[in-house]
Amino acid sequence: MQAAPLSGGFANTATQSAHAFRSVMEAMARPGTIQDIEGASPPAPLSPAAGAVLLTLCDTETPVYLAGEMDCDAVRSWLSFHTGAPFVGPAQCMFAVGIWDALGPLSIYPIGTSEYPDRSTTLIVDSAGLSASGAKLKGPGIKDYAALFLPELEAFQANNLLFPLGLDFIFTKGSELAALPRSTQISRLDSKAGAQVGAS
Amino acid sequence: MSNYNFAYLDEQTKRMIRRAILKGLAIPGYQVPFASREMPMPYGWGTGGVQVSAAVLTPEDTFKVIDQGADDTTNAVSIRTFFERTAGVETTTATCDATVIQTRHRIPEEALQEGQILVYQVPIPEPLRFLEPRESETRKMHSLEEYGLMHVKLYEDISRHGHIATSYAYPVKVEGRYVMDPSPIPKFDNPKLGDMAAIQLFGAGREQRIYALPPYTQVVSLDFEDHPFEASKADHPCGMCGATDSYLDELIVDDAGGRMFVCSDTDYCEARQAAGHKGKDAA
Amino acid sequence: MYVAVKGGERAIENAHAWLAEERRGDKGVAELGVAQIREQLALSVNRVMAEGSLYDPDLAALAIKQARGDLIEAIFLIRAYRTTLPRFGASEPVDTGAMACDRRISATFKDLPGGQVLGPTFDYTHRLLDFKLAADGEVAEAPSREAAAGDVPHVTDFLNREGLIEQAPHDDTPPPDLTREPLEMPADRALRLQALTRADEGFTLGLAYSTQRGYGRNHAFVGELRIGSVPVEMDIPELGFAVEVGEVTLTECETVNQFTGSKTEPPQFTRGYGLVFGQTERKAISMALVDRALRWEELGEDNVGAPAQDAEFVLYHADNIQATGFLEHIKLPHYVDFQSELELVRKLRREAGVDQVAEAAE
Repeated sequence: MQAAPLSGGFANTATQSAHAFRSVMEAMARPGTIQDIEGASPPAPLSPAAGAVLLTLCDTETPVYLAGEMDCDAVRSWLSFHTGAPFVGPAQCMFAVGIWDALGPLSIYPIGTSEYPDRSTTLIVDSAGLSASGAKLKGPGIKDYAALFLPELEAFQANNLLFPLGLDFIFTKGSELAALPRSTQISRLDSKAGAQVGAS
Repeated sequence: MSNYNFAYLDEQTKRMIRRAILKGLAIPGYQVPFASREMPMPYGWGTGGVQVSAAVLTPEDTFKVIDQGADDTTNAVSIRTFFERTAGVETTTATCDATVIQTRHRIPEEALQEGQILVYQVPIPEPLRFLEPRESETRKMHSLEEYGLMHVKLYEDISRHGHIATSYAYPVKVEGRYVMDPSPIPKFDNPKLGDMAAIQLFGAGREQRIYALPPYTQVVSLDFEDHPFEASKADHPCGMCGATDSYLDELIVDDAGGRMFVCSDTDYCEARQAAGHKGKDAA
Repeated sequence: MYVAVKGGERAIENAHAWLAEERRGDKGVAELGVAQIREQLALSVNRVMAEGSLYDPDLAALAIKQARGDLIEAIFLIRAYRTTLPRFGASEPVDTGAMACDRRISATFKDLPGGQVLGPTFDYTHRLLDFKLAADGEVAEAPSREAAAGDVPHVTDFLNREGLIEQAPHDDTPPPDLTREPLEMPADRALRLQALTRADEGFTLGLAYSTQRGYGRNHAFVGELRIGSVPVEMDIPELGFAVEVGEVTLTECETVNQFTGSKTEPPQFTRGYGLVFGQTERKAISMALVDRALRWEELGEDNVGAPAQDAEFVLYHADNIQATGFLEHIKLPHYVDFQSELELVRKLRREAGVDQVAEAAE
């Protein structure tokens, strides 16, 4: 049974979206850290975290692409009611939501232009495994090194090579999220080193 | 002000600003265009910083505002009052107690921590603007990483004056890619920009730009091998607290042109005085 | 002895109290009502609505009262208020052909369908101070007649029929919204016109005048100037049709500009366009001249380097709220930057061998 489209939004938009944004911002500013995010109860298959990110960032001015099974009536009507965001294909979207396997290949999304690298898609990768271990991260926002579980390495490495163009990622699961901006360099974690790498 | 939304801005405007902040963090040093709104204070008086602060503040934040390093200058007072009224946030003058600090022209002396956010008010975000007035041209220069003009300007200084004659708003290069204007902070503050634990956000309202430095970002002040960057300040200790490591304001204290030097960071100076430090002009 | 400057808060409060007192002026003189401003200083009200980008005569009158008659300050109040208003949607484009004209003149044709209607104009008044007005401003009712029925056709349509003026094909592309998206260069004509209609009247006038004096001259004739009210309609999705939500007074100016042809265009007349809220004739004409000057590129003309041809220069400096804010911000403290300049100048002078005495005396 799906949640009705009218429910599950922010009860107090101003303060809940302020809190949710701070979580997203902390995550984007500190790649590899895992943040709590609350306030949304979207219909399945959208996770509460992905729902909160969408409520916080989307409105009539942000075209959204629903990938794979996310493109269902329940998600469409919930998102329409709460954000008014228009639904589009991957080539036009500002945000894309889906599980990793449904989102690819990454070449279908706008990566910005050399004069406006910000005009690129932010991908919300839902239901990903979230843990501060896996790939080794280095770059802005990270003191020394951080670690984050990524569904694969090559796609993210290739994305980083596009910098300053490229895509930005928000990983969501349950009521948690992490982020990976295009600026992060990714490599395979050395065995053993993982234990010392905290989410700084 | 109760008819206005939390932190004054409507939610749609905040979302637009928040999206720009995220892209700014993802592309450190790149100026993200944003549809700056008219604010109830004039352009040039911190509207960019105010919009960024409004977009990041939560009711639980503790907010500090400084102008020229001081909490008690009139425009700092005015902006602090604005957020007390519209966001109901607690305010403080203590740098260490603040979670969000809005600043004009200074970086606090005390090192900022993780969990803190520093919001800069920026008048002219484009570091190349005074070399090339056209936005269409400077945008192209950034896209091509064509920063020769800036180096030529700095080098002309050296050949004329023997060293670089830029003392504030001294340009920096971020993560080896974008040349960025750090806002009109004295170049004394430049070394604090890099590797900072706090998030740094820059808002230029009239010029409609937001940019950002995530924590621990590599920020290098432009210089030349034979003329390395030098952070300078008045060569005096603070007259009130005796500090030798802080940026100083110069005050004229009598008709004969007598001068004294005092920390521009009022919180830093007061905390040192409270801890028993005394300068030569202290009572 | 040095005492840190404190009490900024109280100083601000006191300054505001004093300002309020000065605004009221001598209490022995009757207070000005908002309705009086709206009715009797209507042209100020119109300017505030136009440059404030908000059509509400009562609010504009209130802003003028609050701003002590400083129109740029009043425009600022209106802009700051406007930005907090929720958006319910966009209206349908207004049809100025259906305007109920109070004034409609053409400088290019002596007579034409719809006629020349002078309307309430200062033109042809002798600018002599009317001392009677100081004592008593009551006036007799002006003569009137029934308005002519039917739409008043645009003058440029007549020229168009002969193929003598450039085509201006109908275009339903939604224009960009200057108030919701950052200004971006190059700006297309819709965006330029949007910026110009809220641009500072004085700045626009100066630019327009400069084109007449040869800085990007384009030989403008006022093909038509019309002032009047048009209905504003909005499409209501729930109803499935547009309903009239109100009425606004507009000033529209279409210039016909001589054009001998260019590398890309044949000899023909070209157009400049101005459309402004309220009765704002000087502004609308200025806007049309500047619009035409900015069109050099699409008409294949040469860029002669005139200020009015430079879209970046014009659009980035035309907004008086941006300009006044940044100009006046230099009143704010700049101790820190000034201090670093002081240090630098001292250092440069020391190195140049001057000022050693003064520095040593410290």
